[in-house]
Amino acid sequence: MPLTAKDVAEITRLLEESSFDELYLELDGMKLSLRRGSAAPDAAVAHAPAQPSASPAPAAASPVTQRPHAAAIGDPNVADVPAPLLGTFYRAPKPGAAPFVEVDSVVEEDTIIGIIEVMKLMNTVRAGAKGRVTEILARDGVLVEYGETLLRISKTG
Amino acid sequence: MRIIRTCRALGIETVLAVSEADRESMPARAADRAVCIGPARALDSYLRTETIVHAALGTQSQGIHPGYGFLSERSALARLCEEHGVIFIGPTAAQIEAVGDKLRARAEAQRAGVPVVPGGAVTSPIEADSLARQIGVPLLVKAVGGGGGRGMKRVDRLEDLPHALQLASAEAGAAFGDARVYLEHFVTRGRHIEVQVLGDGTGQVIHLGERDCSVQRRYQKLIEETPAPGLTQSLRERIQQAGARFAHCLAYRGAGTVEFLVDVARDAFFFLEMNARIQVEHPVTEAVTGVDLIAEQLAIASGQGLRLSQADVRPRGCAIECRVNAEDPARDFQPSPGRVSEVAWPSGAGIRVDTYIGSGSVVPPFYDSLMAKIIAHAPDRASALQRLRAGIGSARVAGVASNLPFHARVLDDAEFQAGGVDTGFVARLLERGRGASDPPRDP
Repeated sequence: MPLTAKDVAEITRLLEESSFDELYLELDGMKLSLRRGSAAPDAAVAHAPAQPSASPAPAAASPVTQRPHAAAIGDPNVADVPAPLLGTFYRAPKPGAAPFVEVDSVVEEDTIIGIIEVMKLMNTVRAGAKGRVTEILARDGVLVEYGETLLRISKTG
Repeated sequence: MRIIRTCRALGIETVLAVSEADRESMPARAADRAVCIGPARALDSYLRTETIVHAALGTQSQGIHPGYGFLSERSALARLCEEHGVIFIGPTAAQIEAVGDKLRARAEAQRAGVPVVPGGAVTSPIEADSLARQIGVPLLVKAVGGGGGRGMKRVDRLEDLPHALQLASAEAGAAFGDARVYLEHFVTRGRHIEVQVLGDGTGQVIHLGERDCSVQRRYQKLIEETPAPGLTQSLRERIQQAGARFAHCLAYRGAGTVEFLVDVARDAFFFLEMNARIQVEHPVTEAVTGVDLIAEQLAIASGQGLRLSQADVRPRGCAIECRVNAEDPARDFQPSPGRVSEVAWPSGAGIRVDTYIGSGSVVPPFYDSLMAKIIAHAPDRASALQRLRAGIGSARVAGVASNLPFHARVLDDAEFQAGGVDTGFVARLLERGRGASDPPRDP
């Protein structure tokens, strides 16, 4: 999911309007580091390793940065379902089958919401919270990292 | 961090596998991409072979560099890579197994005509007792699956042998999943000298000189240097050639180190073990030879073979390295993890610092306490020592305890300055310190 210049401009605008001085964002295969009030004119360094380049852009190595959590921090009615392990995420039990859950699905704590495959070993992932699925963040067949948010559940239904 | 640096210089993109504890670390920032493979506990992250290979495949990585910790000497990772078409930047799984089993390695050494310390395998206390009487005390009980000094027990009296066997076997079983142990005669005044080798996997091997790693505390290396001081040219060459011969017999692939115990007084040396990976102390070799060992590892792994001949290796000067650990010398070297509030590493001519620690970095409590390596290089040992002393003197670490004061003390010590200390040196130095700091007693 490469960011476009427009996306970066939009994120920059959001940072400017926020109370944060620095933003460090790591998405599927790319990193973005923004700093407010930096002396360097190009404070933004975006680098997508998926596209080979002869001279990789230096990753920002600032010692203090904030890692923004995608979760709605502090909202007790929202539960993020994290990936319990690194692997390939599958939304359905097999190719072509209906997904375990969709947006608006009502789930119990032990409802299976997906599968994470690690070297051909399938691990079921359960919701871990009761409520309604509001958002599915992880895409089917894509590598998810440990702790990455797979989907979001509204506990109020 | 070290590997990322070379990759960057070569235009190779890096994906770093990190645990949750290392997500914010300096190497995670420096890598083109960092993927979180699991929680802080190494068993659930860094030791998960399948997860690591899956992460490599999922990120379209061509190869895996195992570094020098965790899985670097587990053949399972190399094998899984071999099975899934991922390049393992290291030796073959079979080679890791051959040298990982210390008894097999001993047999390989004998086959290569490399002397081994008197000793052998023991399977019962009775067998152990008869072998112990043959080789004599003091002796060491060692783990067949071990290495790096772990699971080793020294026995000074034969009656202590059964207990030491039990202890070593239990420890080895817990640490390596292999409870087998063997005995070796303990050379009391031995020096630990090792040979850096590079092999192309077809039998072509060169050596890049030796390193003296005798400054150890409880078998953990603290200061390493090259060349080893005070060896005759003949002994030095015989050791170097023995290391290369051992690797040649295995048709070893990649970078490795053959370790020897050297009895300078008797002009003798014995094979200890081979480390089938790049080592912590590799920078001293790089400093004097000018060879980037990581780059050579990458070249060999990518099929370019050996780019250097033995004649191309011309070491210049002397290099000494201090391992700066987050441990407190005043409290018996207790680990001191935490956040490093302020840090200043030395710099200047002939000084190299390899580290993942900057101000604000965290030394996680879950792993090794190594924070940095400070390496000094100069035309001769006296000047290298002088540079290193100045470097250690100017280094500052606040927020966690460090062993910098210990290094300063060793570098000031007359015996160390003279060169050629044996592996008992640190224990004696600490014992002296303890005696000196004891309160005066009433007569």
